[in-house]
Amino acid sequence: MDFKKYNWRKIKSTTMTALSIMSVVIAVIPLFLIFFYTLAQGISSLNVDFFINMPKPVGETGGGMANALMGTAILIGLGCLFGLPISIFAGIYLAEYGNNPFGQIVRFFTDVLSGVPSIVIGVVAYILVVVPMKQYSALAGGVALGILMIPTATRTTEEMIKLVPQSYREAALAIGIPQWKATLRIILPTALKGIMTGVLLAIARAAGETAPLIFTALGNRFWSTDIFHPMASLTVFIYDYAKAPFEDWNRQAWGAAFVLIVLIFIVNITFRFVTRGRYGDHQN
Amino acid sequence: MRQTNINTGDRIFKNTTMFFAFIVFGLVFLMAYEMIRGSELSLQKFGWNFLTGTVWDPVADVYGALPYIFGTLTSSFLAMLLALPLSIGIAIFLSELAPQWIERPVSFLVELLAAIPSIVYGLWGIFVLVPWLRISVEPLLSDNLSFLPFFRGSPYGFGMLAAGIILAIMILPIISSISRDVLRAIPNSQREAALALGATKWEATKIILADGKSGILGAALLGLGRAVGETMAVTMVIGNRPEISASLLDPGHSMASVIANEFAEATTDLYTSSLIEIALILFAVTIILNVIARLIVWSITKKFKTI
Repeated sequence: MDFKKYNWRKIKSTTMTALSIMSVVIAVIPLFLIFFYTLAQGISSLNVDFFINMPKPVGETGGGMANALMGTAILIGLGCLFGLPISIFAGIYLAEYGNNPFGQIVRFFTDVLSGVPSIVIGVVAYILVVVPMKQYSALAGGVALGILMIPTATRTTEEMIKLVPQSYREAALAIGIPQWKATLRIILPTALKGIMTGVLLAIARAAGETAPLIFTALGNRFWSTDIFHPMASLTVFIYDYAKAPFEDWNRQAWGAAFVLIVLIFIVNITFRFVTRGRYGDHQN
Repeated sequence: MRQTNINTGDRIFKNTTMFFAFIVFGLVFLMAYEMIRGSELSLQKFGWNFLTGTVWDPVADVYGALPYIFGTLTSSFLAMLLALPLSIGIAIFLSELAPQWIERPVSFLVELLAAIPSIVYGLWGIFVLVPWLRISVEPLLSDNLSFLPFFRGSPYGFGMLAAGIILAIMILPIISSISRDVLRAIPNSQREAALALGATKWEATKIILADGKSGILGAALLGLGRAVGETMAVTMVIGNRPEISASLLDPGHSMASVIANEFAEATTDLYTSSLIEIALILFAVTIILNVIARLIVWSITKKFKTI
């Protein structure tokens, strides 16, 4: 046996293993860097004022992002209003009746839709809502966020309904309940927890979107709950404050980013635990 | 009698859900239609010259998209160059090397990277990555590697290099998690066969990689699609200057960022129409990339499932 060659092969194998581990380390470094920077910079600008106050006029320090928090909440609410009914019914269709070519096509287009850049969806919302209404509005932002939610929400709804054991369906049908009632009253409630967390995941994604909002909901330095007018949002707040040449504004951008990132991580971690606890290893 | 009632209810319910499923499907076409209509003005005025024109002058109302197309391509390819090898390394680690107790948390960390909003990447880019590039990295590159045209010029920090790095971090999760799924779908018998013949771990992995080649290509295309359409983080670090320069240290611009920067301020109809045409091009490119990539990934996972 050629030991020299064997050793060489061993060394090569070990080197490649090391390289592979190194790439994991390199990939995780930015995650920690971003998280710790946001934590370090953000936490110092957080106080009660930051949450309940309005932005101060240019030049004055202090002020808060109350209007942006409210704005993001309203925009997400509108997004859910547009996006969720479509997603949940489409998800039910895919899970219960979707085992045919049309179902495959819809599934395929849902995946493709998830690859469409969010800025493009913003442009479409602009054409569909802002142009006819001749006005930047929270409504347009809501439409954009709604479209953005559809792929994630549809596919998780489908997955979660599919995870409900077949025996539930059979039991319901066996006692004479019509299929639609079985779906709405038995299957859907059983899958509800999973669907809710999937929806939360879609919401978290939408909450972090900026690009589709900058020329639909635009932004607003004042308190506004009028959905037919421009509205502030956390992400646009971060964008404006990050670009501004004032140190105090930059500090507040970090603060808002911290709030956003904490919200999103909480949702993601919850999703992870809920899906694992309930459905074992079905979900990756 | 009762029987028909039950069937009616079922039919109505099925058709309702089908209608909503159809909306999802129709949405893609609606988007294409609206953008083609919205960009009619510029399509008529500039035709194919829109793609090759280098002048973007709102005052003279002349629009050519080449600097933006160039910027998008350059930053995306740079991102691919950085992210692809790393992602394959991660996928190999997760599917071939790591024991489960390590694999799960690492997978989760990589997925968290995907959950961070683009705007936060941008913020981090402006205040951490860009200063670091300007002070430490770029002077080093321009001092030692200036014989390459890619590394000439003064270190601004803001520029193609920053955009490429930010994009690389952002597309890493999607490429590595899909590649991991593809590698995992390859039957264990392949690994066992290789190991039984006396292959080392790496030699066995090479065989697995060869099996999963097209799936990894699909994952890479999906990552490319993501990079091409990424907006906020790029806008914040790329420098926003519509110039075509060979140097990665110079500021540039991208298709997504010109829309983000100028859409709300577009004054003439032709201006808006040109920006919508850029959005249409982005849409077409990402749809094509996604369709190809999804087909590849679907066919490969299906193939291995049936074995």
